[in-house]
Amino acid sequence: MPIQYYIYFCLTLFSIGVIGVLTRRNAIIVFMCIELMLNAVNLLLVAFSKMHHGAALASNAATTAGIDGQLFVFFIMVVAAAEVSVGLAIIVMMYRSTHSVDINFLNRLKN
Amino acid sequence: MSKIVFLVPLFPLLGFLINGLGRKSLSKTAISIIGSGVILLSFLTSCYLFTQVTSTTDSINSVVTLFNFIAVEEFTIPFAFQVDQLSVLFLLIITGIGFLIHLYSTSYMKEEESHHFGRYFAYLNLFVFSMLLLVMGANYIIMFIGWEGVGLCSYLLIGYWFKNNDFNYAAKKAFIMNRIGDLGFLLAVFWLLFKLGTVNYGDVFTNVSQLSSFDLTAITTLLFIGAMGKSAQIPLYTWLPDAMAGPTPVSALIHAATMVTAGIYMIARSNILFTMAPATQTLIAIIGLATAIFAATIALKQNDIKKVLAYSTVSQLGYMFLGLGVGAYTGAVFHVMTHAFFKALLFLGAGSVIHAMHHEQDIRKMGNLKKYMPITHLTFLLACLAIAGIPPFSGFFSKDEILAAAFAKNPLYYYIGVGGALMTAFYMFRLYTLTFLGKFRGTHQQEHHLHESPSAMTIPLIVLAVLSVVGGFIGIPEVFAENKHWLEHFLSPVFAESTKLAEAHHLSHTQEYIMMGTVTVLIIGVILYSINSFNKYTGEGDVESSGIGKLLENKWYIDKLYNTVIVNPINTFASFLKNIFEKKGIDGVVNGVGKLVTYSSRQLRLVQSGQVASYLLIMILSIVVFFLIWFNDLSIMRFLNKIF
Repeated sequence: MPIQYYIYFCLTLFSIGVIGVLTRRNAIIVFMCIELMLNAVNLLLVAFSKMHHGAALASNAATTAGIDGQLFVFFIMVVAAAEVSVGLAIIVMMYRSTHSVDINFLNRLKN
Repeated sequence: MSKIVFLVPLFPLLGFLINGLGRKSLSKTAISIIGSGVILLSFLTSCYLFTQVTSTTDSINSVVTLFNFIAVEEFTIPFAFQVDQLSVLFLLIITGIGFLIHLYSTSYMKEEESHHFGRYFAYLNLFVFSMLLLVMGANYIIMFIGWEGVGLCSYLLIGYWFKNNDFNYAAKKAFIMNRIGDLGFLLAVFWLLFKLGTVNYGDVFTNVSQLSSFDLTAITTLLFIGAMGKSAQIPLYTWLPDAMAGPTPVSALIHAATMVTAGIYMIARSNILFTMAPATQTLIAIIGLATAIFAATIALKQNDIKKVLAYSTVSQLGYMFLGLGVGAYTGAVFHVMTHAFFKALLFLGAGSVIHAMHHEQDIRKMGNLKKYMPITHLTFLLACLAIAGIPPFSGFFSKDEILAAAFAKNPLYYYIGVGGALMTAFYMFRLYTLTFLGKFRGTHQQEHHLHESPSAMTIPLIVLAVLSVVGGFIGIPEVFAENKHWLEHFLSPVFAESTKLAEAHHLSHTQEYIMMGTVTVLIIGVILYSINSFNKYTGEGDVESSGIGKLLENKWYIDKLYNTVIVNPINTFASFLKNIFEKKGIDGVVNGVGKLVTYSSRQLRLVQSGQVASYLLIMILSIVVFFLIWFNDLSIMRFLNKIF
C-alpha cells in the first residue's frame, strides 16, 4: 500500500483530534480527542518505520535501519497510558466536586 | 616662610563652623565673641606675618605648600599659600577692617533673633575666610576657590533678610552678575593651563614670554571680565548698588575689605601679564574711567544714603582700574587700601545713622544729625574729606598718584578723571550736608529717639577715622619728599618685572604742584558750593526733575535696559520652556509612554479569557505559523508536492 494513504489517514485522524479538542466542552471527549492525536502520530511513526525498514532490507538482509520509529511508539503508548490514568482521576475528582465535566465551567481561578 | 601661614584662614573657618553649627545653642554674647575673636586672631597672625615679610622677600620663598590639591600624572596643583608683600598687605586690610566690622556688627545686629544672629556671623566669617583664600592662594585655582566663595557669601549676606523678596532678587542678581564674570576668569585659567600647563603664579610669570601676544591679550581680557564682575565695572556693575539690600555692615565688608577689591588684587597679582598686553591695559583704563564717571553721575541724584555710597564705591573702583590700566599698580593698591579705610568708615557711619533713624535711609528725611550724633558726624566728615581728596587726608595721596600716572599716559584720562573727582566731592558733600547739617526733616517721634550709637559701634568709627586721616602718609609722593613712598618701596618686588618693561614717565615737580594745587582748589570750591546749596534744603518745593536730572535719578535707565534686553527675553524663553516645552513636550512624551503601556496591556489582557479552547487555538495557530516561518515557503511547497 502506498505510504500516501497512511499519511492522508493520519492527517485526517490528527485533524479530527485537534478540532475535537478545540470545539468540544466535555472534558472526557477532549481527552479522547487527545488520545486520537497521539494514536495518529503512533500510526504514522509505524508506517514510516515500516517503509524505511523495507527499503533497507532490499540491500541488506540483516539491517535494523528504521525500526527505531516503532520503539518510539512504545514510549508514547506508555506515557499515554500514564497520562490517561492521571487525567481520568482528575476528571473524576472534578466531577465529584462540581457535578460537571464542562471545561469552560472550570475557570474560577481567572479572577 | 613661617609655618603658621595656614592659621590665617583657619581661624575664620573655625569661627564659621562653630557659629554655623552652634547658632541655635550658643548665646548672642558667645557668638559675638567667637565671631569677632577669630578675625582678631587672624589679624594678629597677619601682623606677625607682616613683620616677617620684608621688601627683600622674593616670591619663591614666600610660597608655603600644604598638600597637593590635584595630582594627575605629571600635572599637579598644590594647595599652597603665597605670602609676599602684596598678599600680606591685603591680609592686613581684610582682617583688620574685617575685625572692626565684626565688632560693629555685634552691636548693630543685636536686635536679631539669636539663631539668625549666629547665621549672620557664620556667613561673615565664611566671607572673610573666602577672601583670605583668594588673596593667599599661590595659584589661580586656589584664588578661584576664594573667588567663588566670596560670590557665594555675598549672595548669602545680601539675601540675609530672606523673607523680603526684593532682597532675594538683589542677592540673585549679585550672584548671576558675578557668575558671568567668573566664566571669563575660568576661561582665562583654562587658557593658561592649556598653553603653559601650570597655574602657579611663579611658573606662569617666569614663562610669560612663551605666550604669543594674541594669547596674552585674550587671557588678560578674560581675566579682566572676571574682575569686571567681581569689582563691579561697566557693564556688570548693577549688582553692587542692589547689594545694599544686606545689613549695612555687610555693605561695608563687601565695599571696603573684601569682594570688590578681589578684581584689583587679581590684576595687580598678574601685573606682568597685563603689562605685556597693552591693548588690554587700554581697555581697562577706558572701562575704569567710564565707570568712574558714569557711577559718579548717578550718585549725584540718589536719595538713599546707602545708594550714594554704593555708586561712589563703583566710581572709586573705576579709579583703581584706571590706575591698573595706566600701569600704576602701586597706586591702585594704595587706593584700595585708603578706600577701604574711608569707605568702611562711611558705611559704618551710615549704619550708625540708619540705626539712630530707625531704618530710615532717605537723606531727604534727615538733617541736623550733627547735634545728636557728634562722633558719627565728625568721623563721617573726615571720611568725606578723605574720599573727596583734600590734602592731607588719605584719599588725596592715592587718588593723586593714580591721576598723575594717568596724566603721564594720556592727559585726556587725567582731565576726565579730575571731572569725576569733582563730582565725587559734590555728591559726598551733598550727602553730608543733607544728613548732618540744615534742620531735621524727619518725624517728631524720630527726632525724639535720636541718639549716639553705643561704643561697640563708635570705636570702629574712631579707629577708621584715624586711619582715613593718616593712612595716606605711607605713600607720600616724590614731589613732597624724596624716597618717602614707603608703599611703593614695599611693593616693588611684586611689580618689579612690570616696572622694568614700562617706560618711566616723570612729570616735572612744577607741573605736579600746579596740578595738585588746581585740583585741590577746585575740589574745595565744589565742596563749598555743595554745602551752600543743600544747607537750606527743607524738603519742600521739590519738583519732579526733568531732562538729564530725571535720567540720573533713574540711573540712566540701565537696569530697565538690562531688564528689557536681557532679563525679560530670558524669562519669556524660560517660561516658554516651562509651560510649553516642559508641560506639553517632555511631560507629554513621559505620560504618553505610560498611557500607551496601560492601554496596550488593558487590550492584551482580553486575550487571557480563561477559555481553554481559545488558548489551544492560539497555540495551534502559533505552531502552524512557526512551521510556515521555519521552513521557508519553497521547502514547504516541495514537501506538499511530494506527498500530494
